[in-house]
Amino acid sequence: MQQKNLRTIALTILLSGSMIACGGENEKTSSSKETTTVQQSPKPETKPETKPASDDMSDIGVGPIKAFTLPAEIDQAMAAEGKKIFKAKCTACHKVSKKFIGPSPKGIVNRRNPAWIMNMILNPEKMVKEDPIAKALLKKYSAPMANQGLTEEDARKVLEYFRTL
Amino acid sequence: MKQLINYFMVLAVIGFLASCNQAPTKKSTSSKSGALSGSVAERVYVAPGEHDSHYAFISGGFSGQLSVYGLPSGRLFRVVPVFSQDPEKGYGYNQETKPMLMTSHGFVPWGDSHHPDISQTNGTVDGRWVFINENNTPRIARVSLKTFETEEIIEIPNSAGNHSSSFVTENTEYVVAGTRFAVPFPQRDMSIKDMKGNFKGALTFLKVDPTTGHMSIAFQIKMPGFNYDLAHPGRGKSHGWFFFSTYNTEEANSLLEVNASQNDKDFIAAINWKKIEEYVANGGGKKVAAKYTHNLWHDNQHATTSTMEKEVLVVEPKDVPGAIFFLPTAKSPHGCDVDPSGEYIIGNGKLAAAMTVHSFSKLQKAIEDKAFDGEKYGIPVVKFEAVNYGVLENPGLGPLHTEFDTRGNAYTTFFISSEVVKWNIKDLKVIDRHPVYYSVGHLMIPGGNSQHPDDKYLVAMNKITKDRYLSTGPEVCQSAQLFDISGEKMELLLDFPTIGEPHYAAGIAADKIEPKTTKIYKLEENTHPYAVKSEAETKVERKGNEVHIYMSMIRSHFSPDNIEGVKVGDKVFFHVTNLEQDYDVPHGIAMIGANTSEMLIMPGRTATMIWEPKEVGVWPFYCTDFCSALHQEMQGYIRVSPRGSNTPLTFTLDGDVPGQDE
Ligand code: HEC
Ligand SMILES: [Cu+2]
Repeated sequence: MQQKNLRTIALTILLSGSMIACGGENEKTSSSKETTTVQQSPKPETKPETKPASDDMSDIGVGPIKAFTLPAEIDQAMAAEGKKIFKAKCTACHKVSKKFIGPSPKGIVNRRNPAWIMNMILNPEKMVKEDPIAKALLKKYSAPMANQGLTEEDARKVLEYFRTL
Repeated sequence: MKQLINYFMVLAVIGFLASCNQAPTKKSTSSKSGALSGSVAERVYVAPGEHDSHYAFISGGFSGQLSVYGLPSGRLFRVVPVFSQDPEKGYGYNQETKPMLMTSHGFVPWGDSHHPDISQTNGTVDGRWVFINENNTPRIARVSLKTFETEEIIEIPNSAGNHSSSFVTENTEYVVAGTRFAVPFPQRDMSIKDMKGNFKGALTFLKVDPTTGHMSIAFQIKMPGFNYDLAHPGRGKSHGWFFFSTYNTEEANSLLEVNASQNDKDFIAAINWKKIEEYVANGGGKKVAAKYTHNLWHDNQHATTSTMEKEVLVVEPKDVPGAIFFLPTAKSPHGCDVDPSGEYIIGNGKLAAAMTVHSFSKLQKAIEDKAFDGEKYGIPVVKFEAVNYGVLENPGLGPLHTEFDTRGNAYTTFFISSEVVKWNIKDLKVIDRHPVYYSVGHLMIPGGNSQHPDDKYLVAMNKITKDRYLSTGPEVCQSAQLFDISGEKMELLLDFPTIGEPHYAAGIAADKIEPKTTKIYKLEENTHPYAVKSEAETKVERKGNEVHIYMSMIRSHFSPDNIEGVKVGDKVFFHVTNLEQDYDVPHGIAMIGANTSEMLIMPGRTATMIWEPKEVGVWPFYCTDFCSALHQEMQGYIRVSPRGSNTPLTFTLDGDVPGQDE
């Protein structure tokens, strides 16, 4: 067809940048060294969430997930996938090592019903309005628990990952 | 004591009045305003939380943009930036959208938008794209009706005053762009007074890719140097033809007000584009050097590329005999409209006291019989009687534009006499007329440019408002007026103000668009070279004096939010990704001292702005869109050290390097 003289204005800068991005890993570690030495005060380890009331474990919450029982064995492959999803979609607000914007998921399967956990992931807007535990959490954290648009399948994988923590 | 009782009585009465007032308010106001009966108010009332039944896309004229209204409420939902920068959205300011406003004349920050038209499938508006033309720097834009963003702008070479434009054929095979001003083609240095016979008028056909919508110039017809004002495609039986109105067939180059109004009749140019398409497919036409930009948005990169095109295919009318004809039409027609059946072609002779109605079947016969009245620059002029179905005499003053219902009626705006007139095409009889306030230009019936008008509402777009609204100084809002046309008589329902100058509009039933709109951009699909997919990927890199911040935003913090090691003289790029994946959670970012842009970023999208710090200090940045109860906390700091200082480059969030603590 017509002869084109491709002059990509926006992408020129972007392309030059993507080359740096490849070498980025090393650079990042070197710069992180500087900061870790500057940052002395270690953050206190997460305290477990307020002692669960005995009926907390039976609350399945509100949302698409109905009560179900987890198989005894942890499916490690599934947990590994869940970890990936968690890293990508959740770590802006949740850290395993500490309380961050939201609670640490460490030990969550011992204090919440598995269906509740999935409903919290899939249906947080409604949960914090209607479910007593979620309501209390919102009050405590003030920040919203974001709906990151996970499928039920993905939420189930994240739950499996939580079992390993 | 007595006083106190009085006091309470007064309170009680007030309370009584107040409570009484609530229910009957609607009735009491309506009884005051005569024609506006309570039931009329109800017909435009869309209760809180309810949705309108139709979208109206109204051009912003000299604002260069496209506004989106709901009908029947007349509520403004959004202004889609097209040909002008829009600070509200960062459009034309951030690095990703700036190339959209590139032209062969360089960066043009402010354009003039005119005629939105919705894409069609099988002669029905399909709600995929809106095409809209810029008059001043001839361009056609394509706006996505999934994202309500401008996805593509292509410049039209050899054109000037791109006015008879952005109308689509019934399967969106083509969108057309006709020049209003005749110019040297190609441009050259010559005396203005030698215009006659030497200037030309380019009518450009842009091919539209049926899946992506991407446009490319298929061919340009090098027509005589008249002014081509408006256009409409044939449909149904006349599909394959396009009709353009012309004025200044006198080819006057000065005081057109007088000199372009000499001829009693100008022309409608009838173009058999199927024939030209075939000619071109068989190698017809000539490739001619040209220079025009083609700017394209890339969904996953979230960025625009601007390409300079080098040539265009030009078709000379004389080389395609039997494809182009002139139909004599009363005086300086503006609108050139085709009824839903495709049979009637209507010339709105703005300086005539008559509407010219041509017949497509008669045109076919006339061509067969060679019923011509000579030719103009080699193009046959069809005998008026041979093509004319009839004339609607004295319908009003200054007819500009006609749309249609499904019952054989036409609705024409009259600029000078400030009215909309409903008339029957077959009978050539006026049925009803209604004043508008004031000086109406175009009108719109949803689905107007198609075989199937959705003929409940009609929107009239006025050029003058004067006393209709609260005054806002010398410049008052322009306005639109909504009519119900489902009955015999047109009923005026509502006035509503518009942005810029509402030149033209297109409308469509809401259910053809709303279910398909984009809610978020998927992070997984984001291929912007500076995107971060999680907080762990956020970082800052130095490359000479360029500092690239790979930043994320989520309710309600930035990562990183403390950055040191930036120096005076650096060029700092904020590449910011919104990590949210939920509907309606944009974040903004503003950096003190940034001279390029602020940004508003939708969930899953990455955008870039540049900051060149000029002073040493610790400078804050923050989120500009109230995103959560902790929005006011969504901020960060950047330390700027003197030129040449050795402050190390560091970046942290809550004391940790992002991603290091997990
Ligand atoms: C914008 C920040 C944010 C994001 C992103 C986010 N969360 Fe949350 N999350 C919170 C907050 C804050 C709470 C506490 C409840 C509240 O305030 O509503 C919470 C609560 C929770 C809870 C309940 C914790 C408990 O101890 O009971 C679970 C489970 C959870 N989030 C899982 C997830 C998963 C899985 C993702 C990723 C798909 C995710 N969250 C993404 C902020 C977030
Ligand atoms: Cu914000």
